[in-house]
Amino acid sequence: MLWLLVWQLGSQALGQEILLVSPVSVLVRLSSLIRTFPFWESIGFSLARISLGFLLAAFWGTLFAALAARFAGFQDLLTPLILAIKATPVASFIILALIWIPSRNLSVFISFLMVFPVMYSNVLGGIQTTSRELLEMAQVFALPAGRTIRYIYISQILPFFRSACTIGLGLCWKSGIAAEVIGIPDGSIGEKLYNAKIFLNTPDLFAWTLVIVMVSLCFEKLVLRILDTCVRYLERM
Amino acid sequence: MAIVLEKLCKAYGNHGVLTDFSAVVPEGKVTAIMAPSGQGKTTLLRILMGLETPDSGKISGLSGKKFSAVFQENRLCDNLSPVSNIRLVAPEQKRSQIIAAMEGVLLADCFHQPVRELSGGMRRRVAILRALLADYDILFLDEPFKGLDDKTRQVVIRDAKLRSTGKTVFLITHDPWEAQIMEACQILTLR
Repeated sequence: MLWLLVWQLGSQALGQEILLVSPVSVLVRLSSLIRTFPFWESIGFSLARISLGFLLAAFWGTLFAALAARFAGFQDLLTPLILAIKATPVASFIILALIWIPSRNLSVFISFLMVFPVMYSNVLGGIQTTSRELLEMAQVFALPAGRTIRYIYISQILPFFRSACTIGLGLCWKSGIAAEVIGIPDGSIGEKLYNAKIFLNTPDLFAWTLVIVMVSLCFEKLVLRILDTCVRYLERM
Repeated sequence: MAIVLEKLCKAYGNHGVLTDFSAVVPEGKVTAIMAPSGQGKTTLLRILMGLETPDSGKISGLSGKKFSAVFQENRLCDNLSPVSNIRLVAPEQKRSQIIAAMEGVLLADCFHQPVRELSGGMRRRVAILRALLADYDILFLDEPFKGLDDKTRQVVIRDAKLRSTGKTVFLITHDPWEAQIMEACQILTLR
């Protein structure tokens, strides 16, 4: 509330909405946007693609981490690639990928690319720190592989996976929207942000930014809740 | 069939832990292993459990046998309850059978709590009960009763004896009383 007040006072002091729009104007613009079909269409467009990128990264990151933990050669092969992805600016990837991928699907690829190294590194770290003592216990009691994975590996890796999800969920939205702003696919949130920039429409820019933050937070809460439900199910004996 | 250990040797670097160790362990009896710390008791058990390979020597009579163990550490899944920890290694045991076995050994409040919330003594009792309720032919006990107070130790050790009757048991202990209560047929001393 304090920061909203500071924002309102700052906007009033500047007196130019184009430089700093007031929170009231943003809310007014948002309430008018909410009543239009393209608003929801844009959210659906971006949400579907960015979530897909995230889910693909979660799946492949986990799978590759499992393979890397099992085969040292595979890990050696992947390490430089992961380092390169981490070090390269996202804008470079977006511009490069625009040559290969239609702009409609660019955000899927970019979200995937940004989240994949986070998932891979965290899950690999989790596998590597899995308690050797528990694995020995599983060996002595001759636990089947399925039970060992379900009750020992998953519970040990889960905190790492959860933390990767929290970081990845923020990253996928930031990078996915950046990809849309550069690629400007029709009907995306990125296109709306781009138009707001072109027409110096600051209320729209702020309103869409607020939408991105809210959708991203809701998506994060939803994913973490689903994850916790899955864990409760898996840990049931 | 007896378990025969022939001239087992194991060294870590230049430090020899087991040197030409031989023994015959009768089936269905308790064998106690006693020696001062650092003399290779745990190493011997780890070799028997298949967790380490000897540098040389031969073991016969273990193939095809089902193992159960109480390690020096509890080695429980922290997020699972005592019942679930036991069912993990003993899926054939019904929940009601496990609860019946836990009564008298554990406080009823603890049955469904994650083991990370239990005291050290309670966790130890869960680890012992898990080993006793698993389906096994050979039971390895590495100082299983260490850390339990005297009263609990007496209850747990008698329960262990009762539940392991007729099974081959290796018991590492520093306490001759434990070997006696477990009715050890022989005491192996490592030198």
